[in-house]
Amino acid sequence: MSDLVSNLSLGFGVALSLQNLGLAFLGCLVGTLIGVLPGVGPIATIAMLLPITFGLDPVGALIMLAGIYYGAQYGGSTTAILVNIPGEATSVVTTLDGHQMARQGRAGVALGIAAIGSFFAGTVATLVIAALGAPLTRLALIFGPAEYFSLMVMGLVFAVVLARGSILKAVAMILVGVLLSTVGTDLETGEERMTFGLPFLSDGIDFAVLAMGIFGIAEILRNLDQTETRDVVRQAIGRLLPNRDDFKQSYASVLRGTVIGSILGILPGNGAVLGPFASYTVEKKLAKDPSRFGRGAIEGVAGPESANNAGAQTSFIPLLTLGIPPNAVMALMVGAMTIHGIVPGPQVMTRNPNLFWGMIASMWVGNLMLLIINLPLIGMWVRLLKVPYRLMFPAILMFCCIGIYSINSLPTDVVFIGLFGLVGYLLITLGFEPAPMLLGFVLGKLMEENLRRALILSRGSLSTFIERPVSAGLLAVAIVLLVLALLPSVRKGRDEVFTE
Amino acid sequence: MKKLAIALAAGLGLAATGAQAQGAYPQRPITMIVPFAAGGPTDVVARIVGDHMSRTLGQQIVIENVAGAGGTTGITRAAQAQPDGYTIMMGHMGTHGAAPALYPNLKYDPTKDFAPIGLAAGTPIVIVAKKDFPANDLKGFLDYMKANGEKVNMAHAGVGSVSHMTGIFFNSVIKAKPTMVAYRGTGPALNDLMANTVDYMTDQIVNVAPQILGGNIKAFAIATPERSPALPNVPTTKEAGLDGFEVSAWNAAFAPKGTSPEIVAKLNDALVKALDDEGTRKRLLDLGGVIPVKAERTPESLQKLVESEVARWTPVLKAAGATAE
Repeated sequence: MSDLVSNLSLGFGVALSLQNLGLAFLGCLVGTLIGVLPGVGPIATIAMLLPITFGLDPVGALIMLAGIYYGAQYGGSTTAILVNIPGEATSVVTTLDGHQMARQGRAGVALGIAAIGSFFAGTVATLVIAALGAPLTRLALIFGPAEYFSLMVMGLVFAVVLARGSILKAVAMILVGVLLSTVGTDLETGEERMTFGLPFLSDGIDFAVLAMGIFGIAEILRNLDQTETRDVVRQAIGRLLPNRDDFKQSYASVLRGTVIGSILGILPGNGAVLGPFASYTVEKKLAKDPSRFGRGAIEGVAGPESANNAGAQTSFIPLLTLGIPPNAVMALMVGAMTIHGIVPGPQVMTRNPNLFWGMIASMWVGNLMLLIINLPLIGMWVRLLKVPYRLMFPAILMFCCIGIYSINSLPTDVVFIGLFGLVGYLLITLGFEPAPMLLGFVLGKLMEENLRRALILSRGSLSTFIERPVSAGLLAVAIVLLVLALLPSVRKGRDEVFTE
Repeated sequence: MKKLAIALAAGLGLAATGAQAQGAYPQRPITMIVPFAAGGPTDVVARIVGDHMSRTLGQQIVIENVAGAGGTTGITRAAQAQPDGYTIMMGHMGTHGAAPALYPNLKYDPTKDFAPIGLAAGTPIVIVAKKDFPANDLKGFLDYMKANGEKVNMAHAGVGSVSHMTGIFFNSVIKAKPTMVAYRGTGPALNDLMANTVDYMTDQIVNVAPQILGGNIKAFAIATPERSPALPNVPTTKEAGLDGFEVSAWNAAFAPKGTSPEIVAKLNDALVKALDDEGTRKRLLDLGGVIPVKAERTPESLQKLVESEVARWTPVLKAAGATAE
């Protein structure tokens, strides 16, 4: 314990220097602004700003880049709530209830609870990293391909629970999502699948392209279709910050989201994406009246947003303790470290304690900065909704196009968001929900690859999924969840109850 | 209206001749296309070298990451850019050596469609295995491979990746036929190697050195003529008794075909200056990088290297039946 205190005080000594405070602030600010722009994600931003950090010392540079990362993570939620565009897989869930809250004039409350929940989750996650980072590393190693496959199966069951309307339609959408995820070059054989010989499809469909089209562009089309719903958002602005009742309603969700997000964040191979989905599922299952979900339930924002931020922090654990990046952003951080002459790996903790503990302390500082930056901004964001929609939608459209182009510099990506926008509009009109499809898309690739990897390693024996205890446990949970999800529909004719 | 058009045309013409008369390349920032995601070994080399080149040239070199299809997406785009010296690229062993064998529909010819600038730093390949592997040196490893054959699992970071190519090459040298397990990138592959899920792999030193030093995986040999200062205790393949497996994942700067020799000379000069700079050298060596000697730094020697690499990789990869299309 005294070790922890002395380590943390070393870390705060580094993080609280004037220069590093400034860099953390700058990183968080840039990250927030970039994250708000649809499409421009943390990867593009960090890559663009990397050269600027060359003149800085490594600790300062990494503190700034990390600030960009969680700033962008948070900024993405703002866009999800205000204009229904999830910047990343982790903010898909936030669109469900967050945007509904905005439509009901509670955008400020949604943004506020997201900021406060994220701050709380970030604080807890920072402590978890500081106290348990090293032992938790082993968790990453327990998860082999078989365990990972089972985890993804469990994740797909979340998608069923996620659905508001008919279960059949949700399952159909999940399968479409899984199918879309198989487009591209096969990992094991290098064979191209469903690319029609088109070079830009050979690396598959980018998540941002799909999400922006299906959610963002489709939302614009829908709004232009029915002008009156848009006016509701404009008329009633309501309170800017959550009040006592809101807190009472959501504090337990924040706590649960934090725990779920922290655990899933440690897993390799982007386990953090499951966090918000898992949290949403749990909240919906625990709620007295699950029908409120998808119609602006504050727990549906508080839980997933906390899980999102907790996962964003704990996904630093494999990077800091092992030097192994669990996702693309962390891979970029590895690159940033090596460019600055620090080879990431298990030795960083002992060889560069300043950097290690300084970064951990700066995470908390960064979370505080995000709160300071974002609470005053809420008023501004909400006022943005007052802009007449005829002026707003061309701007959103333009930002979407610029944003998506900035990711891969591919003109075809811009064309694709238009295409997916039309598809998304069609789906909404026919009563199919896009969220389960996106989850299917995100998990599909991971699920397929790990299934095949596990089967290659077991030489084709399916029993590997049951013989390994963690994998078996996860599959059991998935079955229980599935039964729980299907029961009400069998019993009460759930379709009629929930379909809008 | 007509007058205006004439005036405009005249103005543009003047501007154009003015630019030609000045002739001092570079006038504006130079884009260097890196055909891989930011943060990978090639990207890191490009950024370190590009940083110093910018200072010599007096213009910023902007790195643009265009990843996809084993780096061939970015190289295809760079090859088709205006050959004016403002778009250059950082190619590597895969894009300019193995790609013709891996991608039958490749839109460029590494030996013909480029104006080579010069070799940058390479990163040696290390043969690594899981911590619990029942052998402690390369000889024991080779014996084990002979006895167990397909029972052994080899990890790689996806078709077309350096670990995949060098893995196939290594297996063909030692005549082993392990079961290949593909991962999406080096990180997940290393994770499973550390968890004892897979048995061995070959990868660039910058990726594996920290885990070797941390005792999480074992290293059998490094595929260079001399030991690396970053891993002084790891023997070379020759020392360990294996001939014919010496590989460094080289990275080199290219311009599109048709770029004027003066511009190429200027870029080569900036690259050579970067490789002679103490600070830049130190950053590259800290990564375990190999810096080319003077004779290897000319555009001519790079052209020869590309030709010999295409000749070396094509039969190896074709024999293994490895294509990515």
